[in-house]
Amino acid sequence: MTAVELAGITKRFPGVVANHDIHLTVRKGTVHALVGENGAGKSTLMKILYGMQKPDEGTIAVEGRQVTFSSPADAIARGIGMVHQHFMLADNLTVLENVVLGSEKLYGIGAKARRKIKELSDRYGLGVEPDRLMEELGVAARQRVEILKVLYRGATTLILDEPTAVLVPQEVEALFDNLRDLKAEGLSVIFISHKLGEVLSVADEITVIRRGTTVGTAVPSQTTPRQLAEMMVGSELPTPETAESTVTDRPVITVDKLRLAAPGGKALLDDISFTIHEGEILGIAGVEGNGQTELVDALIGLRNADSGTIKLADDEITAWATRKRREHGIGYIPEDRHRHGLLLDAPLWENRILGHVTEKPNAKGVWLDPKAAQEDTRRIVAEYDVRTPGIDVTAASLSGGNQQKLIVGREMSHKPRFLIAAHPTRGVDVGAQAAIWDHIREARREGLAVLLISADLDELIGLSDTLRVIYNGKLVADADPATVTPEELGSAMTGAATGHLEHPENAEPGADTPEIRKSPEAPEDEAR
Amino acid sequence: MKKFDKERVLLAVAGPVIALAVAFALSSIVLIASGKNPVEPYTLMFEQATYSDVQVLIINQASMYYIAALAVAIGFRMNLFNIGVDGQYQLAAMMTAIVGAHANLPAALQVPLLLLTALCTGAFWAGIAGVLKVTRGVSEVVATIMLNAIATSVIAYLWLPDVFGVKVGNNNTTGVMHESGWIPGFDMGDAGEIYGLVLLAVLLGIGYWIVLNRTRFGFDLRASGASESAAAASGVDPKRMVLTAMLISGAIAGLAGLPILMGDTHTFSLNFPTGIGFLGIGIALLGRNSPVGIAFAALLWAWLDKASPELDFHDYDKEIAVIMQGLIVLSVVVSYEAVREWGLRRQQRRVGAELAAGHVLGADNNTSKEVAGR
Repeated sequence: MTAVELAGITKRFPGVVANHDIHLTVRKGTVHALVGENGAGKSTLMKILYGMQKPDEGTIAVEGRQVTFSSPADAIARGIGMVHQHFMLADNLTVLENVVLGSEKLYGIGAKARRKIKELSDRYGLGVEPDRLMEELGVAARQRVEILKVLYRGATTLILDEPTAVLVPQEVEALFDNLRDLKAEGLSVIFISHKLGEVLSVADEITVIRRGTTVGTAVPSQTTPRQLAEMMVGSELPTPETAESTVTDRPVITVDKLRLAAPGGKALLDDISFTIHEGEILGIAGVEGNGQTELVDALIGLRNADSGTIKLADDEITAWATRKRREHGIGYIPEDRHRHGLLLDAPLWENRILGHVTEKPNAKGVWLDPKAAQEDTRRIVAEYDVRTPGIDVTAASLSGGNQQKLIVGREMSHKPRFLIAAHPTRGVDVGAQAAIWDHIREARREGLAVLLISADLDELIGLSDTLRVIYNGKLVADADPATVTPEELGSAMTGAATGHLEHPENAEPGADTPEIRKSPEAPEDEAR
Repeated sequence: MKKFDKERVLLAVAGPVIALAVAFALSSIVLIASGKNPVEPYTLMFEQATYSDVQVLIINQASMYYIAALAVAIGFRMNLFNIGVDGQYQLAAMMTAIVGAHANLPAALQVPLLLLTALCTGAFWAGIAGVLKVTRGVSEVVATIMLNAIATSVIAYLWLPDVFGVKVGNNNTTGVMHESGWIPGFDMGDAGEIYGLVLLAVLLGIGYWIVLNRTRFGFDLRASGASESAAAASGVDPKRMVLTAMLISGAIAGLAGLPILMGDTHTFSLNFPTGIGFLGIGIALLGRNSPVGIAFAALLWAWLDKASPELDFHDYDKEIAVIMQGLIVLSVVVSYEAVREWGLRRQQRRVGAELAAGHVLGADNNTSKEVAGR
């Protein structure tokens, strides 16, 4: 019995075909994984299934009956629910209130609703407490509330969009137990991910999507991670691995006892101290929202430290404005390129000026030098392989990966001494990812100091020379990327482990070939 | 690249043309609804525009609209809404008139002194709103509206006979300015005289373009308007930028009343034109904040103003012109947004198509690169 069947789905967006002739069949009572690289078209497909987008071609059938959805409400009425990657919960309401919000008609807002929540929670082992305030809950608990919200609305098919992106490895296991409970009760789950290890351990069936179209279906028991990876990428997977150490003893950036408090007085950053040397990449691991954004803001000068000092080589820059810091060689690849890195409606060459308006070749004295800026933009486009028909198109018309390559090219063009790279490969396709890693590595060889913040543990372990873990605004642990495992980092990211992370019982046989562990499919290798 | 340039021109023209067509059509509906001929008023007004004396009136009026609209446009370019141009130019004109009536220097000094007075008064009045926004977070919209009301009261106070006022019959004036501060116009014979400060309007337009498009400051200002967060990350101090933009906007606003003051009335009286600052908002919108666009918009507005009185002689109400101005502003807002989105989609599609066809910059020597076709 099929729960959901998508056939021949095609969706075109301006400039791109997001989905092309997609086929997906989800059987009842199974976990069906949809895997693909960032930007492969997974999210678009799920938006179509959830009624947020209409397909240009193709059909959707739910339990054998053909349907058309014009809004998420239609999808929910047919038993399809979505757990978004970014939670949609109100912090100042209780769990119960969050669950009934918008669906007050179903079971009211009182005792009946509470009974229903209790019942669902017990049946699927979600462990949700209806009267807790949402802001008291951690990320994993919030996610369970999101799942419960969907079940409460009568969903029999759940779509989970990258549910593990915000979880540490231990929490991922707990989530998978929940998913197994759901499927034992006859519900179907569509699990979107690009992490092969997770997919292989939880899914009953896997559909691989690449460049907007389904390239095949796989059964985990008959598939190796490598086969899956190659289906996904269409070629060899790149690895973020850094070859030999280039770390010197000349400090470039020295942060000492940095503290930053929220208006209420709560410390967002507390007692942050670290030094990055020439040719060193310092990786910061941590669950999002533990102070990474604030740390970046403090370093680039968007927020002023409440106490502590920041030194760039021999200059104390704690009180410097953003522009002065950038002029003195701090490069910045922002976490959110649309908000902080680009002027979306402006042409590429103006975006090349952004952030470096006072520097050559963009300016001569107080005057802009559009000719030189345009010339240099052409160079960046060519050298950094930005795929664009010209430099007069707006930044908005480029794909995410190409936007990011433009930003990387722009920042590197000013020969920074210190580069802040916040999620440098988030949301970019695999080719661009490899290119960006190469550029960072190359600059590191030439003596660049890099602060790398990433949610991708493989990227962190592969690129960094030194690793620190941020938790609750504090740097709680450090690790050697040559030996640390994602699991060890994961427990430090929840605050469970602190100090220097080392193997409790040392040396598995592969200890002298660390590069195996560094490759993206490393966890799968161990599972085999 | 030529293709994209043509595209840009097309997009720039499409918005105003659609807006004007819609506004004319809607005005005709209003005329039909009131039982009048829906076409004749336009022919009458077009005919007016062919008379040289009306042309002079239009140009003179347009020069003031133009300066006011530039002042508004500076704010718009960085997402600041200086709705207080009206108060700024009136107060500035009055201060200029007062200084002009009391100081009497040689013309070579008097004229710069008067211009400086206007600049500083306008900048000061707008600067209050700027300081409030930067230090206390007060919305500049609210602050400038309030300052308009305060300006009206300040003007009324300054008009008192024991302050700076001079009563001429029933009229309040500031006394006549010394002739060294008069600016001669261009004599057009029977048609009248074009204000000398029309040239100032032209110079301001050129300066506006140069500063915005060719200086670092202009880039920062435009970046702030396009994305406040991206501008801050690029090193723009948002507070300083708000204050600077407010001061510049106010300074330009201060000049808006000078063409008529220094070229014609030579005193600030009850008859001094009011409301130019508000009209400037609509004109800046219609002109898409571009110096050339604003020039056309200002001329259009001035034409509607100066040609409409003729309608009264032909049994039409001249208010039809005011209705039309209102309708133009409304349709401008709608059509520009529609055209902008349409243009963006069109460009994205075009970029996608060019990439799919392998037209990648840098892939010139027939090694067209593989393109991610997602």
